[in-house]
Amino acid sequence: MAALGFATGGGSWFSALALGVTLLKCLLIPTYHSTDFEVHRNWLAITHSLPVSQWYYEATSEWTLDYPPFFAWFEYVLSHVAKYFDQEMLNIHNLNYCSSRTLLFQRFSVIFTDALFVYAVHECCKCIDGKKSSKELTEKPKFILSVLLLWNFGLLIVDHIHFQYNGFLFGLMLLSIARLFQKRHLEGAFLFAVLLHFKHIYLYVAPAYGVYLLRSYCFTANKPEPTASSLFTTLPFQERALPCILGSKFLGFVQCFGQSAVHHRLLSVGKAGDASIFLILTTTGHYSLFPLLFTAPELPVKILLMLLFTIYSISSLKTLFRKEKPLFNWMETFYLLGLGPLEVCCEFIFPFTSWKLKYPFIPLLLTSVYCAVGITYAWFKLYISVLTDPLVLKTKKQ
Amino acid sequence: MEKWYLMPVVVLIGLTVRWTVSLNSYSGAGKPPMFGDYEAQRHWQEITFNLPVRQWYFNTSDNNLQYWGLDYPPLTAYHSLLCAYVAEFINPDWIALHTSRGYESQAHKLFMRATVFIADVLIYIPAVILYCCCLKETSTKRKITNVLCILLYPGLILIDYGHFQYNSVSLGFALWGVLGVSCDWDLLGSLAFCLAVNYKQMELYHSLPFFCFLLGKCFKKGLKGKGFVLLIKLACTVVASFLLCWLPFFAEREQTLQVLRRLFPVDRGLFEDKVANIWCSFNVFLKIKDILPRHSQVIISFCFTFLSLLPACIKLTLQPSPKGFRFTLVSCALSFFLFSFQVHEKSILLVSLPVCLVLNEIPFISTWFLLVSTFSMLPLLLKDELLMPSVVTVMAFFIACATSFSIFEKISEEELRLQSFSVSVRKYLPCFTFLPRIIQHLFLISVVAIVLLTLMTVTLDPPGELPDLFSVLVCFVSCLHFLFFLVYFNIVIMWDRRNGRNQKKI
Repeated sequence: MAALGFATGGGSWFSALALGVTLLKCLLIPTYHSTDFEVHRNWLAITHSLPVSQWYYEATSEWTLDYPPFFAWFEYVLSHVAKYFDQEMLNIHNLNYCSSRTLLFQRFSVIFTDALFVYAVHECCKCIDGKKSSKELTEKPKFILSVLLLWNFGLLIVDHIHFQYNGFLFGLMLLSIARLFQKRHLEGAFLFAVLLHFKHIYLYVAPAYGVYLLRSYCFTANKPEPTASSLFTTLPFQERALPCILGSKFLGFVQCFGQSAVHHRLLSVGKAGDASIFLILTTTGHYSLFPLLFTAPELPVKILLMLLFTIYSISSLKTLFRKEKPLFNWMETFYLLGLGPLEVCCEFIFPFTSWKLKYPFIPLLLTSVYCAVGITYAWFKLYISVLTDPLVLKTKKQ
Repeated sequence: MEKWYLMPVVVLIGLTVRWTVSLNSYSGAGKPPMFGDYEAQRHWQEITFNLPVRQWYFNTSDNNLQYWGLDYPPLTAYHSLLCAYVAEFINPDWIALHTSRGYESQAHKLFMRATVFIADVLIYIPAVILYCCCLKETSTKRKITNVLCILLYPGLILIDYGHFQYNSVSLGFALWGVLGVSCDWDLLGSLAFCLAVNYKQMELYHSLPFFCFLLGKCFKKGLKGKGFVLLIKLACTVVASFLLCWLPFFAEREQTLQVLRRLFPVDRGLFEDKVANIWCSFNVFLKIKDILPRHSQVIISFCFTFLSLLPACIKLTLQPSPKGFRFTLVSCALSFFLFSFQVHEKSILLVSLPVCLVLNEIPFISTWFLLVSTFSMLPLLLKDELLMPSVVTVMAFFIACATSFSIFEKISEEELRLQSFSVSVRKYLPCFTFLPRIIQHLFLISVVAIVLLTLMTVTLDPPGELPDLFSVLVCFVSCLHFLFFLVYFNIVIMWDRRNGRNQKKI
């Protein structure tokens, strides 16, 4: 009993958070899934049934293998577990095969591989300096960061409903960042190199890594403090923001938005100014994911989860930085509140108007444009913050 | 003040869990000709919308009572009628007379699930939030975690949003009633409770504690003065609310009698199907259902029920207090569940609600009870293909309670509210210090038994000659648990000295 007491009490809030979100992911198993589900089933089939030399040539299905080799090997390993669930899913001719066991296996594979993400978040939390924080658990930066990362709306929606393996990949990236913070530069670099071989879209942040490693590992004349801020202040700003602008709608955008948002999450618990940028970027970015889930039963899920995450992130960061100036000015507040009426118009009013048949793309257009405004604004703010920060740091040292 | 933002966060978690559970299957899905409770509720919308009130409870050519005849009080019928108006606006095929039988579609499922969700959000959830906010001597953080744990109680979520029922309406009204009478808004509380009883007649399980508590308050105020006035006002409130609900059915004597016959089907016997109460468990050894004549069954059940709940109710009348009221609600409902007539396994929810209310006072025992109550419905949940959501919600609830209340650290005599009892026993048996340790061991055995039985029921096939083996085992084991809890809660009530002392001081 004492052992159980220890396990469930004290410093195990992290385990409770991780377990809690895992249980939520299990509840999302019966939700809608996109064609990405079939994409990954097909890749399981390709890597399981064909020799390696054929993997990138196979084209029975329209969803040909278009990720780097490590991801193919990853699917190969998964396929050896898949065969115990349903052998039929590994047949490349079984297009759109979706038995209940297939669904169960696929969903569980995403949930299970998220373990790497959980571990990476744990490592990142170790890098946060918690000495100056309050004694109240919910106000500790580590706690807030863990919630913002583990219970991230974007990941839940894209990975566990739409269907992808971003959690696992973000975990790899977060782990490499954590290693950089922990001055284990070679490990961090290695992990990032591995990540690139899983999903090449992470090339977007390769220049950032390159510059940072050059500055902090290769040319270390006056060694900067390996803090979260320095990682980003030494970067040419456009390396961070460029993905945001270049990133197109939906998945492409999600990737780069997601990466930037992850970086910002680490920053956000450090400075109020960054927290404000993070919140605008994250809230707008998350809302831009709404068109991904267009089915009626999932509508309450996405609204409830979005509200949950947004209310928590804004309130917790406001509480953390309550002694500094307010996080948002009136314009920003107005913009964020405007997301509510926008959602009502696009999903509740528009479908009943006569324009729905003639101009069905209007909600999509409105969403994209509205979110683009917010993202671009956040980019500008970040640009200014980056340009002014190093001056502040330098003056402090002097 | 700053922590209050966690309240909407916690409520949103509760709502998200509810809606995601509702994405799963429902009772009787794709199983003609009778289907299940989901079809029953749809059918009631069909009946109440298309037929005049005087035909709702009668067997006519348009209303075949054998096919899910209405067997809940009028408020359920009015609620079904309201839903039917909305259904008619969206798609009249859903409630067309006769032709809509067995209607199933994604859109219809979405509509039905939405009606449960809306009723929950309007009635039950605000009651839970208000109840927890009104808790005395508790920190903000504790109030919020209390809301989280109550909202995560798996039993109610799985039955309402999985199996498909509207228990949150009747339990919500009952909770408003508890809130009202605990905060000395006796008339409003009585009104709310009357609405609960008029929604589902099973709420009568809670009626005695309400009656005794309010009667006790009247006695305390003095039956010759304010107390008498209160008594009269309460009586008027109850009569008025019943009149309002039953108005269309009081027109003719036969109407009233027929409704009562539908609500209290004495002909259906001591129990139906497998339920975790005494009679079903006893039936395993001795077939009392077949041996005893019907009227004897009624009398025996009546006697056992009332004998078991009498001590707590008498104490509540003599020493009315909100705390005593909550505990008496638990013991009374449990007595009814264990010994009463025609009890269904879902009736355990009537015991679970009061136990949720004492969660922050005795977290260890309450959490244990609430887990067992969900387990007792395992056969039903498996039949509805709700294994995954059941396991997930039970684990989530357990983690929430364990981390919020640190339940495994609250197992001393005092925290289990057994101190007075143990002190009394130690007068005769000085070495009686082992009660907490026994309870801990019982808990461990219980967890092992529950997990094993669940695994067996899910993975193994029962032997050919005993097809109901696992269901009966689940019921039997749950019944043993409930007997233990009945004894426990009665001990806590009867040996609670604090109330007595406070009363004398006033």
